[in-house]
Amino acid sequence: MALEKYIRTQLAEKKILLMTHIVLGYPSLDASYRIIQTMVKAGVDIMELQIPFSEPTADGPVIVKANQHAIDNGTTVEACMQLAGKAAKEFKIPFLIMTYYNVPYKYGIEKFTLRMKENNLMGTIIPDLPPEEGKDFLEAMNRVDIAPILIFSPTTTDERMSYLSSSTKGFIYCAARKGVTGKDTNFSEDLSAYLKRCRKATSLPIAVGFGIKHKEDVDFLKGKADIAVIGTQSIRVMEESGVDAVGAFIRGLR
Amino acid sequence: MITTKYYGKFGGAYIPEILVSTFEQLVNAFEEAKRDPQFWKEYTAIMSNYSCRPTPLTYAENLTKHLGGARIYIKREDLNHTGAHKANNVMGQGLLVKRMGKTRVIAETGAGQHGVATATMAAKFGFACTIYMGEKDVERQRPNVFWMERLGATVVPVTDGTRILKDAINEAFRDWSANMDDTHYVLGTACGAHPFPEMVMYFQSIIGKEARKQVMDITGRLPKRVYACVGGGSNALGIFSGFLNDPVELVGVEAGGKGLDSGMHASRLASKDGSPGIAQGYKTYFLQNKDGQMMETHSVSAGLDYVGVSPILADLKEKGRIRFEAATDKEVLDAFTLTLRKEGLIPALESSHAFVQAYKEAGSLTKDDVIIINQSGRGDKDIFTVADAFKDPEWMKFIKKKAENYGA
Repeated sequence: MALEKYIRTQLAEKKILLMTHIVLGYPSLDASYRIIQTMVKAGVDIMELQIPFSEPTADGPVIVKANQHAIDNGTTVEACMQLAGKAAKEFKIPFLIMTYYNVPYKYGIEKFTLRMKENNLMGTIIPDLPPEEGKDFLEAMNRVDIAPILIFSPTTTDERMSYLSSSTKGFIYCAARKGVTGKDTNFSEDLSAYLKRCRKATSLPIAVGFGIKHKEDVDFLKGKADIAVIGTQSIRVMEESGVDAVGAFIRGLR
Repeated sequence: MITTKYYGKFGGAYIPEILVSTFEQLVNAFEEAKRDPQFWKEYTAIMSNYSCRPTPLTYAENLTKHLGGARIYIKREDLNHTGAHKANNVMGQGLLVKRMGKTRVIAETGAGQHGVATATMAAKFGFACTIYMGEKDVERQRPNVFWMERLGATVVPVTDGTRILKDAINEAFRDWSANMDDTHYVLGTACGAHPFPEMVMYFQSIIGKEARKQVMDITGRLPKRVYACVGGGSNALGIFSGFLNDPVELVGVEAGGKGLDSGMHASRLASKDGSPGIAQGYKTYFLQNKDGQMMETHSVSAGLDYVGVSPILADLKEKGRIRFEAATDKEVLDAFTLTLRKEGLIPALESSHAFVQAYKEAGSLTKDDVIIINQSGRGDKDIFTVADAFKDPEWMKFIKKKAENYGA
C-alpha cells in the first residue's frame, strides 16, 4: 500500500512524522492553497484536508467555526476536490481527505472514490462512519487502492482495535482522549499506556491527534507513535498571526 | 461490534468510535429493560403517579358540529406534567439512566418542552442536568429557559450553525463524547443512531396504547384517521404505533412554514425538497443541498423546526403506510384560534399543525367516522409567539410596562 510504504520510508529518516489538518475554504480557497504551500515548505509529511460539512459533530469550536465559515463562503465539494487535486499534483507529500459521511454519500460513493483516485488523494478519514455501517464505502476505497483510515479511541476495547485494524489501510488514527478536537490533552502515563495498547493491536503505523500544540507534545510522542497530528492549533496560529506564521509554528514543532 | 438497526433503507448507527462502547451499554440496558416485565409496570406506575396518565381522549363536540363531518376526538398529551408528550420519553430514559448507574443527563431542546421535561426528571431522580438550546430558540422560548434554570439545569445557548434544534443536537453530542462515563444523552425524539429511534418510540407508544383502548371503549370503533404533527416524529410515532396494524389512515403533518414553495419550511417528507442523507448518527430524509449541507429550516413552532425526521417515519412514508401533509404558519394560527374559541383547549403551535389538517378533512367525512388528533402539548409556552402573531395591543402595553419596571 502506497501510503504505508511512504510512511515507513519517511520513518527511516525521522523519529516522528507530522501530519496537519486544515479546513478547505477557510478562510478562503485561495488561502487554503497558500496554507498548504506554507505547510509543505515547513516540512509537513502528510496533510489531511477537510471538506467542510454543516454538522461536524466530532469537531470542537475552532474547527466547527472554520467549517461553517467555509460553507458560508460558498465552498463546494467540487471546489475542494479540485484544490486537493491541485495540491497533490504540485507537492510531493500524501494528501488525505477528511470529511463526514454525508459528503461522499451525497456525491455518490463510486464517483467520490474515482474522483479521489484521479486526483491522487491517498486516504480518507470519516469520523462518523464505523466500518459496520461503511461496507460499501470501504469496498469502493479498496477497489481503487485508497486507504480508508479508521480511528482508535481510549474507549475502544483491545478486541475492537484488532477488528478496526483489519479494515484499515495506511495507518491508524488514535484519538488521544475523549471529546472533540481542539481541547487540551494530558500527555501523561495514561496516554502512554493507551498508545502501547494501540501499538499492540495493529501492525500499521499509528498517528496521534487531538490537543497537540507544542514541541514538547511532539517530543512526548516520539517512540510511542509514528505520526503527530496537528489540527486546531495551526488554525489558531493562522487566525491570530496569519498564514506565514504557520510555517514558523510547524518548523518549531520538530 | 456496533448494534445497528434499519427501517427499510433508513436508520443505522453512524457513530464515532469514541461512543461505540457507550452505545453498546445503552443498547444492552434498553434490551434488558424491555425483557423485564417489571420495567414497563414501573414505567406506567410512575407516569400515572407523576404525570397524569392515562391522559384523556376528549370529545370535541363543538368542533364536530362546527365542521359538520367526522366526530373529532383529541388525545390530551398536553395534560402530562410539563405540558407535553415529552415527559413520556424522558421518564422512561430516566429509569434507564438509573439502571446504568449514571449521574448526569444532557439534552437538546427546540421549543424547550423536552428541556423542561428533562430538567424535571433530573430534579426528581437527583441527576445533574445540562440542556443545549439554539440561541434563536432561547430567544423565542424564554419562559421555558426560565423554568429549566429554576429546576436546577444549566442551559447552554448554542451559537453555531443555524442556532436551532439541529445545532443543539450537535452540541449535546459533543458533550456526550467527552463525558459518557457518567452522562447519558436524553435524545428527545425518535431520531439519531440506534437505539434512539426505537427506544423513543417504545416509550411514546404509551400514547397509542391508551388512545386505541379509549377510542374503542368510547365509540366502539376504530378511528378512520389519526392526525399528529411531525418534527422529529416522537409524538406521531407514539400515537400511530397503536394503530399500525389496524385499517386506520395515519396522517403526519409537517411544518409548512411560509409555504412549501417558499424554501422556508421544515417539510422533509411532504415537500419535494427533502432527500436521503446521513447525519447526526442516522440515515433519513434531510432538507439539504446537493453537496449534502443541511439547509436552514423555518417554522413558527420551534419544536418542528428540524432538518431531519425519524427514520421509522421515513420508511413508513416510503411504504405508503403514513400520508404526510404540511401546514403553513398562517393556517396554524387559524386552527389554533378555532380550537381555543370552540373547545377552550390550548394546543401548542406544534400540535396545532395536526389540527389544521384534521379541520381540512373532517367535513368531508361522515358522522359515523371518528378521527383522533394528537394534542401533543399545550400552548401556554407560546404566549410570546402567539401575542406577536396577533399583534395583541394590550399584551404589548403590558410588556412595555414590565420592561419599564425592570429599568429598560
